[in-house]
Amino acid sequence: MPQARVVLKNCGVIDPKRITTYLERDGFKALEKACRMTPQEVINEVKLSGLRGRGGAGFPCGIKWEGARNSPGDEKYVICNADEGEVGTFKDRYILENDPFTLVEGLAIAGYAIGARQGYIYLRAEYHHLLDLLQGAVNQAKESGFLDGFDIEIREGVGAYVCGEESALMESIEGKRGEVRYRPPFPTVAGLWQKPTIINNVETLMNIPQIVLNGGGWYSRIGTERSKGTKVFSVSGDVARAGVYELVLGSPLRELVEELAQARNVKLIQIGGATGRIIPYELIDTTLTFESILGAGAVTVFNKKRDVLDVVYRTMEFLAEESCGKCTPCRQGTEVMVEILQKFYKGEGEERDISVLEALSETMMLSSLCGLGQAAPFAVVDTLKYFRDDYESRTGST
Amino acid sequence: MSNTVASRDKAPRNLLVALKEAQTKHGWLPPDFMAELAESLDVPLNDVYGVASFYSFLTIRPLGRNVIRICKSLPCYLQNCQTIIETVEKEIGIKPGETTPDGRFSFELTNCIGLCDRAPAMLINNAPHVDLTPKKIARILQSYK
Repeated sequence: MPQARVVLKNCGVIDPKRITTYLERDGFKALEKACRMTPQEVINEVKLSGLRGRGGAGFPCGIKWEGARNSPGDEKYVICNADEGEVGTFKDRYILENDPFTLVEGLAIAGYAIGARQGYIYLRAEYHHLLDLLQGAVNQAKESGFLDGFDIEIREGVGAYVCGEESALMESIEGKRGEVRYRPPFPTVAGLWQKPTIINNVETLMNIPQIVLNGGGWYSRIGTERSKGTKVFSVSGDVARAGVYELVLGSPLRELVEELAQARNVKLIQIGGATGRIIPYELIDTTLTFESILGAGAVTVFNKKRDVLDVVYRTMEFLAEESCGKCTPCRQGTEVMVEILQKFYKGEGEERDISVLEALSETMMLSSLCGLGQAAPFAVVDTLKYFRDDYESRTGST
Repeated sequence: MSNTVASRDKAPRNLLVALKEAQTKHGWLPPDFMAELAESLDVPLNDVYGVASFYSFLTIRPLGRNVIRICKSLPCYLQNCQTIIETVEKEIGIKPGETTPDGRFSFELTNCIGLCDRAPAMLINNAPHVDLTPKKIARILQSYK
């Protein structure tokens, strides 16, 4: 399958500091077109496109928007999640660096569609160096008259991975600890300040202007039956060409890892960062789709010299540090897993530790409050499946 | 009017925004400041402390004038961030978690900062430094007084 440029269409082409260069490339034509349509017509196009959320969960975007539109109340919010903190993810940084205008346009269309007068961009603290550029794009759009009746405020994060989780993100905007909320109610019903809210990833919103301009039918012809459009991947680790690549959904992982990033002697690949899946090289012909494996598109490659237990231990250490601490399975489960994995790493594991890891994984996946805890055991589960020998050979008894 | 965004953010003022501003201004969150803030927002002090201690870019102890944050997550680890960490330790004479006696630097290890394509990477204050090698470190540090 080919590389394609839908999301990254303007990256490297426009000057991200000057709106005129964006306007020359059909900039804000989609917003003008959307405003001539009814909000429901805009939502219908997004539904028709089949666009699913690019932050990792893959929720159908049009259905989310329709939910918020149909929730009662005149006060609604749209939020752009620019808090990418997943290990190995940097695609949103690349997008913001190169084309902040498309994001602003996508957010404004989202606001029009659901009936929000206020939008937020939640920018992670580590990306403070992008604040001036992004604020410049918002200001220029406003001065050019594209944001009449719609305000965009950039709210900076303060250093917390879990705030990329949508309910923690809203708590953070409200000025509280970034702890996740119980659901239901879902944000489309009671989100920011308990008002109907949609939260979309940067990359999701980047797709919107082109869907509006070219129609949902056009978009739905790209990709596979259940994974429409393209995906932007962040590839790093043991590769010759680390970087950002946009591929049509359904492309084989091999094309991304071996052809584009030029990895050699691959042992395993972690897809989706710390909460993602680990697969051995033997499965490199897997296709990249929501129905197989995708996450937010972080692809970290490990070569044959790497130690599986080192990878899993460091992954779990990250999650234990970043757990918000609200629910017990995640807070305690990640800590216990770090302790056990460290034993294996040192060659002091015990036979029964493997069954403890398996039981604990199941508990955490079933009973954690949010995606962090539910996905935290994936690295353990996957390596116990594909690299069990690495555990068994590190028990003290053998 | 009580339902508008402006009134929500300003009365009472958004606690996290206030803490972040103070962090930028003072470099840390002194106990006196947190007590005053609790009183002015009419919230319990432990709420203020709870928020202040949750976020890694807020600190309840004084930091140096410049904060070095070296990324220790897997993509940087695979590109030998350990040698960068050791070089910085030697160069400024402190371990992660410490501040130099002259207050010039604080040194921390951080989780993924989204610069994995240019690993190993670090932030000093808010500025990214990428494609690090031990050789580059001394010159980078010199520019922070």
